[in-house]
Amino acid sequence: MTLIEKSAVELLSGLESGDWTSVELTGEFLDRIDAVNESVGALVLVQRDEALLQAEKIDTARREGKPRGRLAGLPVALKDLLCTEGVPTTCCSRMLDGWLPPYDATVVSNLRDADAVFIGRANMDEFAMGGSNETSAAGVCRNPWDTERIPGGSSGGSAAVVAASMAPLAVGSDTGGSIRAPAALCGVTGLKPTYGRVSRYGLVAFASSLDQIGPIARDAWDTALLMEVLAGHDTKDSTSLDRPVPLYSESIDQPLAGLRIGIVPEHFGDGLDADVGAAVQAAIDVYKSLGATVKEISLPHSKYAVATYYIIAPCEASSNLSRYDSAHYGHRTDVKQVAVALEAERKELQESGKESAIEDMDSGLVRTYRQSRSEGFGDEVKRRIMLGTYALSAGYYDAYYKKAAQVRHLIRQDYDRAFEEVDLIAGPVTPSPAYRIGEKADDPLSMYLFDLYTTSTNLAGICGISVPCGLSDSGLPIGLHLQAPPLEEERLLRGAAMYQRETDWHLKRPSM
Amino acid sequence: MSITREEVEKVALLARLRLTEAELDRMTDQMGQILGYMDLLGEVDTEGIEPMAHSIEVRNVLREDKVRESVSRDKILRSAPSRDDECYLVPAVLGDQ
Repeated sequence: MTLIEKSAVELLSGLESGDWTSVELTGEFLDRIDAVNESVGALVLVQRDEALLQAEKIDTARREGKPRGRLAGLPVALKDLLCTEGVPTTCCSRMLDGWLPPYDATVVSNLRDADAVFIGRANMDEFAMGGSNETSAAGVCRNPWDTERIPGGSSGGSAAVVAASMAPLAVGSDTGGSIRAPAALCGVTGLKPTYGRVSRYGLVAFASSLDQIGPIARDAWDTALLMEVLAGHDTKDSTSLDRPVPLYSESIDQPLAGLRIGIVPEHFGDGLDADVGAAVQAAIDVYKSLGATVKEISLPHSKYAVATYYIIAPCEASSNLSRYDSAHYGHRTDVKQVAVALEAERKELQESGKESAIEDMDSGLVRTYRQSRSEGFGDEVKRRIMLGTYALSAGYYDAYYKKAAQVRHLIRQDYDRAFEEVDLIAGPVTPSPAYRIGEKADDPLSMYLFDLYTTSTNLAGICGISVPCGLSDSGLPIGLHLQAPPLEEERLLRGAAMYQRETDWHLKRPSM
Repeated sequence: MSITREEVEKVALLARLRLTEAELDRMTDQMGQILGYMDLLGEVDTEGIEPMAHSIEVRNVLREDKVRESVSRDKILRSAPSRDDECYLVPAVLGDQ
């Protein structure tokens, strides 16, 4: 087995025992990237020189017996919305093309302290808005299992990197399913932590009450390792939880004795692809064979999750993205052109006798805002800003945002009630395996409905993991969704490990 | 609930976006469909239910009122499309344009 096929845990062990060096393994991953990135488009920036330099430094530190971090020498890909000082952080948007953050996100400085090797910037849906990685301004990302299909989104690049063995570890973010869905569609493991478990400082904000950064890796053990580095309280994020971080990689091998799994019968009804249903059922049977009991539970408001999410998230996004005003950073339109255009419009109104309309014209500043933002943002981002602005505007706030926030509370109550009877909730991650690139491009609502199983987790603020559990008849990966109460990431990881000890879906790789 | 083209234009102005005629048509159509789907929430009885903005209990987090190191002015201004030594430069806010 070559180095790129080994797990992060194994690679780390080999680094510690001197079986290989970080330069060697980083070199192999970089060669792999050279071979496949063009056809997959998972990385929008490859940090070849910097990675090898970092790897060299860590090898030296190791040789000299100097202290080193938890991930010393392991390559990690970062979703391109994690601020990294001096490294272009574009969120795959024209708006931030070439933007160099003046600071590191907290998770990035955690990874630096852990001596991780930053190998590249992962492709994503623009500003994390999307479920297919098709809205990226940096080009399409393709599913390594079938390059005519989506990898999922918005952390499509991060999931594809791991699936295609371009790096052993990746970091993504999840607002409505954006780690779990691509993990499922690409056949890798991805975890969305409890809201507040991981600091959002330096995560370019999409929806502030929903966003969470999380790990994507081959299996539960690698995911646990990365989680230890990402998680923790941060004084710079006032929504981060001041709770100690468990040693996930230590508790992970304790099976969950007396495990009670809840399943929601409605989630297995019409509209669920037969292969997905079968694979998820088979996974639940594995848990049964390990002694778990399975109980039917109800999450009565889960059918309102997509509607709730697609009000709340765009509302928060419209507020968060108002900072892109072309004054402080990001794309600015040609202001001289704006002046010329406004002058021409004024003249036209005068000449056609519509002087009164001149008052209603955009000022130079407003036109600069409007033009810059329209040039900088793609269609999906504009659509969500528009939806959010509308739903928050006077006269509509109660009908939309407030209503959605109330339903959100009911969704959370459903979970609280369910977790009194069960320890984990199991079900599908996505209603079908990966669909074709372009298939839902003209039908945003259809794309939104693909999130039906994952958005509730974010709305309730609880944690969830996607674990590979099968391949469809046409060989496409399928994910099992496990959800747990707030701050029960250990339970998720132990549950995932239980399953992965008995099965080998997580070991399967696309033939590239 | 559907949306009119006039409302879409008004929202675009509020959102500081400028849409082409074709984009306005498409946006009106798509927003109409999406908002129509949201009508589903009308089914839910939310009488007496507190709106939930945060999934965890959040409290105001305070710190001591002490001056601390922040990021240097120059570092921040480096990202600006237009700047002088101290400030961001933008088209005039007041007066004639």
